[in-house]
Amino acid sequence: MSATITSPAAGAPAVPAPFQQPPRRVLVARYLRRNKSLGVGIAIVIFLTLFTIIGSVTIDTAKKAYPLAVKTKQPPSAQFPLGTDWYGRDLLAAMVRGLWQTAVIGFLAGAAATALGVVLGFISAYYGGAVDKTITGICQVLQPIPPFLIQVIIAGSIDKRSVTIYTMALIVFLLSWMGPTLVIRAQVLSMKERMFVNVAKLSGMTNLEIIFKELLPNLLPFIAASFVSAVFGAIFASFGLSVLGLGPMREPLIGNIIYYSLQQSAFFNGWWWWPLWPMLTLILIFSALTLINIGMDEIANPRVRRTE
Amino acid sequence: MGDALADAHPHLIEVSEVKLAYLARRVLFLLVVIWVASTITFFIPRISPKNPIRERFAELARTGGFSPQDMEKIVAAYNAKFGLDKPVVQQYFDYMGGILRGDLGVSLNKFPKTVWELIMEALPWTIVLIVTTTILSFIIGNIVGAVSAWPKSPSWVRTLSIPFILLQGVHPYLLGLLMIFFIAFRLKLLPLSGAYSVGIQPELSLSFLLDAARHQILPALSLILASVGGWALAMRGMGVTIQGEDYVNFAEHKGLKQNTIFSSYYVRNALLPQVTGLALAFGSIITAGVLVETLYGLPGLGSVLSAAINSNDFMVIYGIVLFIVVGVAVMMLVVDLVYPLLDPRIRYETK
Amino acid sequence: MTQTQQQPVLRVIDLQVTYYTDSGRVRALDGASFTLNPVEKMGLVGESGSGKSTMALAMMRMIKPPGRIEGGKVIVDDVDLTQLSDSDMRKARLSRISYIPQGAMNSLNPVLRIEAQMRDAIKAHVPEMSGSEVQQRIGEALESVDLNRNVARMYPHELSGGMKQRVCIAIGILLKPKLIIADEPTSALDVVTQRQVMETLDRVQKQLGAAIILIGHDMGLMAQFVDKVAVMYAGRLTEISTVKQMFTTPMHPYAIALIDSLPTLENKGVFKGIPGLAPALLRLPPGCAFHPRCPFAMDICRTEVPALEEKAGRLVSCHLYDKNGNRVHQPGEAVLQR
Repeated sequence: MSATITSPAAGAPAVPAPFQQPPRRVLVARYLRRNKSLGVGIAIVIFLTLFTIIGSVTIDTAKKAYPLAVKTKQPPSAQFPLGTDWYGRDLLAAMVRGLWQTAVIGFLAGAAATALGVVLGFISAYYGGAVDKTITGICQVLQPIPPFLIQVIIAGSIDKRSVTIYTMALIVFLLSWMGPTLVIRAQVLSMKERMFVNVAKLSGMTNLEIIFKELLPNLLPFIAASFVSAVFGAIFASFGLSVLGLGPMREPLIGNIIYYSLQQSAFFNGWWWWPLWPMLTLILIFSALTLINIGMDEIANPRVRRTE
Repeated sequence: MGDALADAHPHLIEVSEVKLAYLARRVLFLLVVIWVASTITFFIPRISPKNPIRERFAELARTGGFSPQDMEKIVAAYNAKFGLDKPVVQQYFDYMGGILRGDLGVSLNKFPKTVWELIMEALPWTIVLIVTTTILSFIIGNIVGAVSAWPKSPSWVRTLSIPFILLQGVHPYLLGLLMIFFIAFRLKLLPLSGAYSVGIQPELSLSFLLDAARHQILPALSLILASVGGWALAMRGMGVTIQGEDYVNFAEHKGLKQNTIFSSYYVRNALLPQVTGLALAFGSIITAGVLVETLYGLPGLGSVLSAAINSNDFMVIYGIVLFIVVGVAVMMLVVDLVYPLLDPRIRYETK
Repeated sequence: MTQTQQQPVLRVIDLQVTYYTDSGRVRALDGASFTLNPVEKMGLVGESGSGKSTMALAMMRMIKPPGRIEGGKVIVDDVDLTQLSDSDMRKARLSRISYIPQGAMNSLNPVLRIEAQMRDAIKAHVPEMSGSEVQQRIGEALESVDLNRNVARMYPHELSGGMKQRVCIAIGILLKPKLIIADEPTSALDVVTQRQVMETLDRVQKQLGAAIILIGHDMGLMAQFVDKVAVMYAGRLTEISTVKQMFTTPMHPYAIALIDSLPTLENKGVFKGIPGLAPALLRLPPGCAFHPRCPFAMDICRTEVPALEEKAGRLVSCHLYDKNGNRVHQPGEAVLQR
C-alpha cells in the first residue's frame, strides 16, 4: 500500500459496481404513473385518435357523415350505433369525421400559432432593441382585445359558402399567436441572462449553434406547453364559432352538430342521442387537453411534483 | 447601503411624480388599444357584401310589398343619408371623428334607434351577469386552487377540487346546455331562458328583481363553473411556487400553526399575481358571456351583438366592440392602480 | 471530551434519514450520534451533500417527502423531539430549538412588516402574551442583534442582506431557545457583514446561555467561532473534536485532508485538494464511505463501516486507530508528519 496522500491506495477496488439506471421505458412509465394528469390525458387522446383512425378506415365517412345519407331520426341501434339525426347523418360516421376535422383545426391553428410564437418570441428576446419593442408592443396592444369577438365578426362577415375548416383554422390562428410569443419571449429572456449562454458565446459557438444546441432544448417544455394550450384554445374557439352557426355549416363539426340539434329542438323532441355524442366527445377532448396541460405544468414547474 | 427610510417626506413627493408619469403612460397605452380595436373592427365587416339597410328593407318588403325598384331607391336614399356611398376610408375618418365627439352613430338595422340607446338598454343585463360572475369565479377559483396545492389540506378537499379544475376545459356553452337540459328542462328547478318571466313588466320592484335574479342563476352558473377552473389552475401553479419559497419554509421553522402559514404566508403571496389577471379574465368572461347570452336568450350586449352580426349592422357592431374594449381597458387601468396598494414591494418604485 | 457536570442540552442518538427517490433509496443520514452541552458551540462541516443540512432539518423534524426520518432520537433537555406529536413539535420549534436559515434573502415574508412576522411567531407559542409585552420582546430582540427598533415597522425589501440575516437571528432568539441551529448564516454575505453577523451570533448566544450548532464549510469561520467541530462525509459523522484538536491533530483521514488543504501563510499558491469525488449517496461504497479516496485504506475498510468511538479524547470513526487512539500501521508505511 502506498503512503502518499495524492494517489489512491493500490489494490482497492477501482470503482464500486456501476449503478444501473432503469431503462428509459421504465422511467417514463413510472413518471406517467406519478403524474396522473398527464397519463390520463394522454390515454384519452390515444383513445380518441384510435377511434378516429379506426373509424375513418372502416366507415365510409365521406358519405355517411353528411345529410341524406341514411334514415333520419333513428335512435341508437345495432345498425346505427350512435343513432342518426334529423338531416340523415349517421352519427357514428359524423363523430368520426367531426373529430378528425376538429383535430385538424386544432392542430393546424395551434401549430401555426405556436410556431409563429416561437419565432417571434425568439427574435424579440434574442435580438432585443427596436425589434423587441415592436413585437412586444403589438402583442401587448392586441392582448386586451377579446379575440373571440373579433373572430366572431370575421366569421360573420365572410361569405358563408367560402368557410371551410381551413378558413376556420386561419381565423382562429390570426388571434392566438400573441400568447405563445410572449411566453417564449419571457423564457428566452430569462435564459439569455443566465450564464450558460455567455459561456457558450465565450467558447466560440456561433449564434446559430447557441440557438439550436443550448437554447432550444431548454425551451422545449415551454414550447410543448404552449402548443397544448394553443391547440386547446383553437378547439375552444372553433367550437364557439361553429355553435353560433358561423362555421363551415355542412361539415360534421362537433359544434355544428350541436347547433343543428338546438335548431331542431332535439332535447324537446326526445332525440336525446343527437346532441349527446358531440357533447360527450367534446367533454372528452377538453378534459384530455386540460389534463395534459396540468400534467405539463409539472414538467415546466418541477416543484409541482408529488412523490409518495 | 440601502438602509432604513430615515425620512418619509421627500420620498413621498418622488413617488407621486413617478405615479403620475406611470398613469399617463398607461392611459396612453389604453387609448392606443382602443384605437387599434376600433380600426380593426371597422374594416372587417366591410368585407361582407351584406348591406344592413337592404336587409332591413328586404324584410319589410317581404311583408309590406314594396316593388324592387322602389326598394332600391329607398335603399340608395338611406345609403346617401348615412354616408354609406362615400369611399370606405372617408367613412372611417368620419366615424373616428364621431367617436371623439361621443357619437356612436345610428343602428342601420334598427333605425331610428341609436347605437348608444341599444347599448344602454342591453347593458344592465350584461353588467350584472359579468360582474357577479367575475367576482365569484375569482374568489371560488382561487380558494379551490390554493387549497388544492396545499399539501396539508384534507385529502377530500383536494379530491373535490379536481373536478373543478377540470371544468376549466369545458366550454361555458356546453355547460349551459347541460344545465338547461337537466336542471331547467328535466328537473324544472329554474327557468329555461329569458331575462324575466313572460308577461311581467320590467320595473324596479322587488318581485321583478327576484324574478330576474332567478333567471340569472343558470347563466351565471354556466359562466362561473367554466371560469373557476382557470383561476384554480393558475392559483394552483402559483401556490406550488410559493410553497417552495424560503419564507414559507421558515414560517414552519418558526413553529407557526398551519392555518397561519396558509393564510398569511401562502395565500397572501400567491393571490397577489392573480389580481393582475383580473382584467383579462374580465375580457374573457365577456366573450364567453356573448355565447351564454345567446343560449339563454338574455337581452344583453351579447344578444344585440349577435343580431347585429347576422344582419351586418356594422354601426352596432363597432359600437359594442368599442364599448367592450373600453370596458376591458378601464378594468386594466383600475387593476394597475389598485395593485400597488396590495403589494408593498411595488409601492416604492423609485427606490 | 469536556467533562459534563450538567446534563447535555442536546443528545442525538443514531439519527437516520432516508430519501426515497425515483432512482432508488438514498441514505442521507446514517446513524449520526453526538452530544452538546449548554453554552457549547459546535461547528458542523462537510461538503455539499454530506448531510449537514439534512441533520439540521431532521432535528427540526422538517424532513419532507420523499425523505423520512427512519430512526434515532433527538433529545433536547430531556424531551425526545422524534417522539413528539405534530402539534407539540410545532410548539417546540422556536421555543426549544430554533433554526436560522441559510440565505435569509428570501426567508422573510415580503408582504408583512418585520414586526408582524415576529409577532406571529410569538403569538403562535405564547398567545396570552399582552400586546405591549410582545412589542417589548420584539424591540429587545432587534436590539440584541444590533438593529434599530424602528426596523420593526419596515418591510423586508427595504433591508439589506446583512440586516435581513440579523432579523432572522432576532426571530430565532425571540423565545429564548436552549439550542440554536445556524445553517450557513453568512454564506451569501460579504466579509465585513459576515463578521458583524458572527459577532452578533456570539453575543446573542452568551446572553441566552444557549448552545449553537453552526453549519458551514468555511473552516476559517469555524476556527474563530466554535468550541468543537464535527466533520461529516457521505451522511456519516467521521470525527468530532475540539477546535484545537481538529486544527492541530486531526485523526480521520478525511479531516486530515481537509485541514491539509487549508491555505497557510507559508504555502501560498500551492493548493492541495482531495483526489477523487465524493460518492453519490445512491451508490455508496461498501464499508467506510471514504475508503476509495483514503490513502490509509486497509482491507477492513472495504467491508466494515467504522463506528464513531471515543479515541484519544475525541470521537472518530476510523479503522486506522485502536482503542487508545494509536494508529494501526502496516509495516513500510510512511508516518504522516503533522
